[in-house]
Amino acid sequence: MNIVVAIKHIPSIADDLPVKGNNVDFDSVDFVLNEFDEQSIEQAVLVKESVGGTVTVIGVDLIGELDNVLHLALAKGADKAVKITGDDPSADSHTQAKWLSEAIKGLSPDIVFAGVQASNDLDGQIGPLLAAHLDMPYIGGVSSVGVSGDTATVSKEFAGGVGAKYAVTLPMVVGVQAASKPPRYAPISKVRQIAQTATVEKVAPSGDASSGLTFKKMAPPVAAGHAEMIEGSSKEVAAKIVELLKSKGLA
Amino acid sequence: MSNDIFVITEHMDGKFSDVSFELVGKAKELASAWGGQAVAVVVGSRVAANVFASNLTLQIDDAALSQFNPEAHGKVIEALVKEKSPRLVMFGWTATGMDLAAWLSARLGVACAAYVKNIGADLTMTCQAYGGKMIAEVAPEGDMAIAACLAGSFPAEAGQGSTAAITISLPIDLSSLKVKFVEAIKPAGGDVDITAQAKLVSIGRGIGSKDNVELAEELAQKLGAVVSSSRPVVDAGWLPRTRQVGKSGLKVKPKLYLMLGISGAPEHLEGMKSAELIIAVNTDKKAPIFNVAHYGATADLFEVAEAMLELL
Repeated sequence: MNIVVAIKHIPSIADDLPVKGNNVDFDSVDFVLNEFDEQSIEQAVLVKESVGGTVTVIGVDLIGELDNVLHLALAKGADKAVKITGDDPSADSHTQAKWLSEAIKGLSPDIVFAGVQASNDLDGQIGPLLAAHLDMPYIGGVSSVGVSGDTATVSKEFAGGVGAKYAVTLPMVVGVQAASKPPRYAPISKVRQIAQTATVEKVAPSGDASSGLTFKKMAPPVAAGHAEMIEGSSKEVAAKIVELLKSKGLA
Repeated sequence: MSNDIFVITEHMDGKFSDVSFELVGKAKELASAWGGQAVAVVVGSRVAANVFASNLTLQIDDAALSQFNPEAHGKVIEALVKEKSPRLVMFGWTATGMDLAAWLSARLGVACAAYVKNIGADLTMTCQAYGGKMIAEVAPEGDMAIAACLAGSFPAEAGQGSTAAITISLPIDLSSLKVKFVEAIKPAGGDVDITAQAKLVSIGRGIGSKDNVELAEELAQKLGAVVSSSRPVVDAGWLPRTRQVGKSGLKVKPKLYLMLGISGAPEHLEGMKSAELIIAVNTDKKAPIFNVAHYGATADLFEVAEAMLELL
């Protein structure tokens, strides 16, 4: 079975996001793997372990640092890594999905995984865009996948534990919310070893698509309100919280 | 081309979600500014649809649509939108809307904005991106646009009414679907019901590992509270899904919501912003949660939790 995982390298939101013009200053931010892609890589490897096949991880190399992420995916059980040499850190979801779809077509996938969403999906997520380009059905919010023959059985979450199970004739695109098991850990020694030996296939971007969105402004939110900040050492903070809770009859 | 606004409503077990009313209310406001109609689109089977304050409610009724099926619903909505050419199509940025909005955008080649919090009369969309850390203003090109809007962005009351739904025939054949609905999944029982708790100690990614959950459990026990969490904690397998607060989890409204290491992404806020007292401890002083919490501290959650345990 040909299993493909489409990943997205995105600006880290662990730190402040600097602004340049009307968008994020992509040259001054760290890029990280979209957190939902960790789940989708895991789900793909679980499917491979269950029914056999190969897992190909593919992403657009926005800043020339995608190899690190691809090596990690290989260490976690992916078999093949491909990067599209996009070299444009501002490439939106529509652009990336178009490039990815052109490259993925050549892989003849039976099932394609993507993270259900990313924090910078201002023009929508990679998964449904890929599905439209590849003319495959899409189901997102998925928290488990089983494959038998040419049928995938997927569980989709709505909210609060309510969901639905679907049977889908493959091929399809799956938007992963959470893998059926927590993502496995790859020891750093293994990642390093793979970094030295693995081959990452390079593909030039093909196709043209744009979100059709013009950025007019990008800025941190202007808050309507702000928390009353409790200052001091951790002990002082703890004392003030306890005092506050006691004063309100909550402790 | 028209100045109409289509709202793709969503429902489950015959009940429409709040976001559908919120979007219809907003659509009415835009429709009156543009001289168009706010059209509620109801795709389903035997749904009582005379509940919106829309100018028009269009109902597409077929047994194949009785449960949400992204393929079937997508095909129907695509055919309808193609035929009617509205100026704007609004979805909720929800479990169902997220399956359809971007897909429709690529199918029709029209612009799509997600994480939308507001839409101006000039169609400028305000989006809450990057986990709530940034607000983007974007303008869509072209004659049609799609907006996937965050739940809770507009008042629901403005969308509630009794406009009589007009049933239209199925715009596309649904006899050869690749996606088949198998069964509904109900919430797992047996765990505590976090929606029924007066006090919650809620932990996020900052808790770091499964072993550290114990500290939160101890603190919760001392406070007579229960431990809940944001989504990453559940996805990592550190707590069961029954403890998850937020868009894909549960909505809670406790007297106390003590947050340890939760940054406050929009998806989490959807589930807890009505809590009576919100106290947030986070190491990132710019975490969006501090715009919502009543009290906050930029501090190490472990040190604070341990110090609180000594005092309680």
